[in-house]
Amino acid sequence: MQYAAVTGIGQTQYKARRGDVSIAGLVHEAARNALDDAGLDWNDIEAVIIGKAPDMFEGVIMPEIYLADALGCDGKPMLRVHTAGSVGGSTALVAASHVQSGAFRRVLTVTFEKQSESNAMWALSNPQPFSPHLNAGAGGYFAPIMREYIRRSGAPRDTGIKVAVKDRLHGARNPLNHLQMPDISMQEVEDSPMLWDPIRFLESCPSSDGACAMVIADEGLANDGPRPPVWIRGGAMRSEPTMYAGRDEVNPQAGRDCVADVYAQAGIDNPRKQLDCAEVYVPFSWYEPMWLENLGFAEEGEGWRLTMEGATSLDEGGDIPWNCSGGVLCSNPIGASGMIRFAEAARQVRGDAGEHQVDGARTALGHAYGGGAQFYAMWVVSTDKS
Amino acid sequence: MSEDAGEHITAIETPVYLKYNFTAGQATTRFLQQVRQGKLVGQRRPECDCGNVYVPARGSCAACGLPTTEEVELGDKATVQSFTIVWIPIPNNPIQPPYIVANLVPDGANISFIHLMSECDNDSVHIGQRVEAVWKPEEEWDYAMDNIRYFRPLDEPDVPIEMIGKVPLAGWEGEA
Repeated sequence: MQYAAVTGIGQTQYKARRGDVSIAGLVHEAARNALDDAGLDWNDIEAVIIGKAPDMFEGVIMPEIYLADALGCDGKPMLRVHTAGSVGGSTALVAASHVQSGAFRRVLTVTFEKQSESNAMWALSNPQPFSPHLNAGAGGYFAPIMREYIRRSGAPRDTGIKVAVKDRLHGARNPLNHLQMPDISMQEVEDSPMLWDPIRFLESCPSSDGACAMVIADEGLANDGPRPPVWIRGGAMRSEPTMYAGRDEVNPQAGRDCVADVYAQAGIDNPRKQLDCAEVYVPFSWYEPMWLENLGFAEEGEGWRLTMEGATSLDEGGDIPWNCSGGVLCSNPIGASGMIRFAEAARQVRGDAGEHQVDGARTALGHAYGGGAQFYAMWVVSTDKS
Repeated sequence: MSEDAGEHITAIETPVYLKYNFTAGQATTRFLQQVRQGKLVGQRRPECDCGNVYVPARGSCAACGLPTTEEVELGDKATVQSFTIVWIPIPNNPIQPPYIVANLVPDGANISFIHLMSECDNDSVHIGQRVEAVWKPEEEWDYAMDNIRYFRPLDEPDVPIEMIGKVPLAGWEGEA
């Protein structure tokens, strides 16, 4: 396998509504920003890998076809990826594999969602005769899983509230974020309306417009740009069925298998020690302690302790800060959200994460999940090639 | 070309209507035919070591991927595996919040499905609680899981955590 590195990163401003641009304008903006960051132009790109969450969100079916011109794909291969909410991560990994395989030397990858033009609740609630039509949405699906986590672990009830505050305080350091809440308090989160018990309004992600793009290049081209290359040290995807007898929905096997694969590739046996930070897909606050366990940062049942001790907080000087960018709880353009995690991990390693930079970060994890917590995509990036 | 570019267009509502034909396939056809008769019927693969009973069956054992050929009639009783109290008002939803959406495992099955709970005090619903199906009047039965209006609590001892998903068709009376 060839070495591959991130040489350009481009994001848009994340907002409730980007009324100033169409979907094509949105993806073009992120792609242009990534090319500028890499010191490149459209002609320097050999292939384009694009991803987004279900087409029914915006009601634009196969949008990649009409986006070919906005992404400079004339005469180039273009490939669309879809793995529900994890698509931002899996799209980056498909792009990386185009380079790691030796098939292409430099590719552009971009993901997006324009939730202001979307009706996600409708798109996810199509009636099926073998199931009652309850319209409970994504929160309604995940809330019982969080309740079971709380029962199993005995986690204090304010663990979720703490994550909601911590990620918004992180997010206030990142000017790209949709939600800017520098004065948020535990009380404010606790007083916010209950949506799907135990999930409160402020423990949930927003609905955002936005796009994220990266340029990935092989070893020979990795040092051509103005920025230091960020080396992809490991990448993996896994999936499992939504429903099978005995499935552990709190600590899914596919997530454990996926991260074990990534750690093995990157030579990591103690993630809390060897990683400097992590960008992890946490759309509902309780998923931080759950994923701390699933990703091997804590023993089963102990993830909430790291959260409560401040280990994942930049502001509290934690040893393993999670979601320094503010995470999905601050901006959620669904299809792009996974790639933002991957890109923010790369920014940390490059040392250009601005106010939310972890001092001296050299190795970081990017993570995404999707569907009924059944699709996983992860990578580890580093300043070092091997 | 006009000098005045006019108002910037940021949103024009363009509704999309979708009408699907649902082909049930063999396994779901059998399930829906039984539901129309007011019966919940699961399926399993007799050769499987796990012997897990799936409901509603989708035609294969999700663990091994092979066909579930044997039908197992289930009762109306079930156990709460987990649940949420939905407070969020959803447009066009006839159910008024707060309401309980629960993951329920019917006796004799090894997997949960999602359904509504009612006739209950929302604050006292709990994991391991026993419930039973309340069916709509027979004349309203169709090929739909909505034939069960909701599940309501039963006055039976809770199922211990480790037994949830393993309660036999004979039910749970609290004996160890």
